[in-house]
Amino acid sequence: MPWSRPQMAERLAREFQDGWIVNLGVGMPTLIADVPFGDREITYHSENGVIGYGPVAAPGQEDLQLVNASGQNVTLLPGAAIVHHADSFALIRGGRMDVTVMGAYEAAANGDFANWKVKGAKGGGIGGAMDLAASAKRVYLMLEHRTRDGTPRLMARCSLPITARGVVTLVVTELGLFAPTGEAFAVRDLAPGVTLDEVRAATACPVTE
Amino acid sequence: MARRSKVVADFDAAVAGIPDGSTIAIGGFAMPGVPFNLVAALLRQGAKRLTCIANTTGGAHKPRMPDIGMLVENGQVAKVICSFTAGTRASDVLPFTPYYERGEVEAEIVPQGTLAERLRAAGAGIPAFYTPTAVGTELAEGRETRMINGREVLLEYALPVDVAFIRAYQADEAGNLRFRRSQRNFNPLMAMAAKLVIAEVEEPILPAGAIDPDDVHTPGILVQRLVKIPPPPEGLWPVKREAR
Repeated sequence: MPWSRPQMAERLAREFQDGWIVNLGVGMPTLIADVPFGDREITYHSENGVIGYGPVAAPGQEDLQLVNASGQNVTLLPGAAIVHHADSFALIRGGRMDVTVMGAYEAAANGDFANWKVKGAKGGGIGGAMDLAASAKRVYLMLEHRTRDGTPRLMARCSLPITARGVVTLVVTELGLFAPTGEAFAVRDLAPGVTLDEVRAATACPVTE
Repeated sequence: MARRSKVVADFDAAVAGIPDGSTIAIGGFAMPGVPFNLVAALLRQGAKRLTCIANTTGGAHKPRMPDIGMLVENGQVAKVICSFTAGTRASDVLPFTPYYERGEVEAEIVPQGTLAERLRAAGAGIPAFYTPTAVGTELAEGRETRMINGREVLLEYALPVDVAFIRAYQADEAGNLRFRRSQRNFNPLMAMAAKLVIAEVEEPILPAGAIDPDDVHTPGILVQRLVKIPPPPEGLWPVKREAR
């Protein structure tokens, strides 16, 4: 049984260590903000300068002046701070992010990934992805293992224009949790009932145990 | 010593005299901090051949608020400089996109942190800097990189601005500004980078000295024009985005 998106978020968040500063990107990664961390202290940073935000505000309780990277009206936790964009990205480039979690179109065994430009498009959407990818201590990706037409998104080398070279630490898909090793993806965990053969059939490069 | 008030009567007065060919930076990230009323006034004012700098060209969400895409649709824009020239989803078609694809407007796509730092550098008298961001990508092709402390870094130039449109929470008559929550975003940097800074302000404009100097986010020496945003519907305020 492949993981649901909340299960993918929960599995990836299990990798977070106590005390980490975590940047969550647009889309699927926002699900991680709903994962309970128990005794672990996790601080969320959003590229628009919000440090220490909490869950999305309840309906009717939104502060329209306060959003996360996805534009959701979030709440602030005690100890939160606000900085301007240059300081926010100084924190990123300065190496303060223990991990950034991003969505992606493609992840490659050599650690490259692509998430800003689709095939044939003239424009793209970079946002903070290139800054985060270049300078966060770890880059985790959350993506579906294949496109809607069945094409693998995990491959030896990206076919789309890349966001950064050789930076990906971990990739979670509905099939499992994987680490790029250069020429292959190593399995760190599999969703319940998913076999190595199924993963290999869905991946465009070698998959190792 | 006399102190002249920087308060102007309305949004049309605030954008008066902006010439064709200007480079205009527009603050905001998602809804917070976007100077919707000044953008709406610029649509009426009609300056052409503009270069517009902002995080996005707008129009990806409902309800749609005044954005660069509308200035493009109004034939006022020659070039945009943004971190998004397409939406965050592959399926998004922005109002800006068809104009860009037909070659009617130019676009320069800049990583968001590089955009913020280029604005900061322009305001800080730093002509250029090196950054690790975008090294190894299509954006770095044909451009100068160097190895510094064992890391490949890319040369980026400061991004000076003629006019900055700012939205602030509070201001005093001296032009000192305070922002609230994530409304701050690019606004202080665009104010630093610009020759003419025009701020729309949410709270009634205070007498000089009413904001504690320790609480000022953007000093008034950078700001030339202030205008109070009237309550809705006359004034435009952030609204909740519709779910997608």
